[in-house]
Amino acid sequence: MTDLPAAPLAEAAAPAVPPPPPSLSELFRAFLLMALHGFGGVLPWARRTIVDDKRWMTPQEFNEAFAVAQFLPGANVVNLAVVFGGRLHGAAGAAVALGGLMLPPTVTMIVLGALYARFGDLAALQRVLGGLAAAAAGLLAAMVIRMGQPLLREGFLPLVVAALAFVAIGVMRFSLPLTLLVLAPLSIALAAWGRK
Amino acid sequence: MKVDALETLGLHFALLSLFAIGGAMAVVPEMHRQVVDVQHWMTDRQFADLIAIAQAAPGPNIMVVTLIGYQVAGIGGGLVATAAMCAPSCLITFFVSRVFDRFKDAQWRIVVHAGLVPVSVGLFAAGAFVVARAADRSLLAVVVTLATAAVAYFTRLSPLWLFAVGAALGYLGWL
Repeated sequence: MTDLPAAPLAEAAAPAVPPPPPSLSELFRAFLLMALHGFGGVLPWARRTIVDDKRWMTPQEFNEAFAVAQFLPGANVVNLAVVFGGRLHGAAGAAVALGGLMLPPTVTMIVLGALYARFGDLAALQRVLGGLAAAAAGLLAAMVIRMGQPLLREGFLPLVVAALAFVAIGVMRFSLPLTLLVLAPLSIALAAWGRK
Repeated sequence: MKVDALETLGLHFALLSLFAIGGAMAVVPEMHRQVVDVQHWMTDRQFADLIAIAQAAPGPNIMVVTLIGYQVAGIGGGLVATAAMCAPSCLITFFVSRVFDRFKDAQWRIVVHAGLVPVSVGLFAAGAFVVARAADRSLLAVVVTLATAAVAYFTRLSPLWLFAVGAALGYLGWL
């Protein structure tokens, strides 16, 4: 991209020179491939593609984009596609990244949904799905522990808030919107108070 | 009948989309309440099955809404549920993320984030608990869940192996 006759240095200097931003079709393809690879979560693939392979973002930029995606409501990786696509190409970029990310799993889920509707009552399949469901619950439990660990360093109050959210929604089965209307402001106030 | 279900499904998931703090698991208990307890669109077991299928298949976990939508109203249901679950939160993300960069280091943003993290952890735990209660209908199933959790936490074994073991034990009729 520059006229510097520095061919031998090109490799060493590569990380400093960001590659040109992807076109809309490249963006679509990249998110489509991430979605196809995403066994056990798309996020690691998103980081690998965007940061390591294509170098469209530095790790720092990626973390910031992901922080925004996590902060706002919605599935994290879906929001990430919107933030990333939007940053590069505005509304069209966001739509294209989102479309690439959603197309393969939507088709997959419709096919699996149709198979389940047709064969879900077969005794053998029911047994297999029962085993899958028990394992799936275990994987979620492991994620809960991983997510909860950083809270332990934050002191007592965040743990109380997390426990309140768990009991209200998981045990008492209160309405999610109402619970959040109470709990989110409370937790934010506690966080503000804790910082003083 | 189907059109009514589509409308209810679409409106309900669109609303939930706005409350998915920290990701898809946050809304699973409310989804379960709505589709199993209130609307009786499916049984507890079917709900657990669909969660398991969505988790074992590639793609974001939120895709369980497509399966739920399909179960309720066929392909149209799957598409409506997916769009409803994504559109409101994506629009918010698109518009808010553009102004948000300016407040990257603003104190209020750091505080709001710090306040939302424990809430989202609690909601995720609630989602996992609701899924486990729907999935574990025998003592051995509980054991499989706990063992899977331990292996997933302490090792880097691919989740696919854990699913395979669970599926095999289920097929053998042990659960």
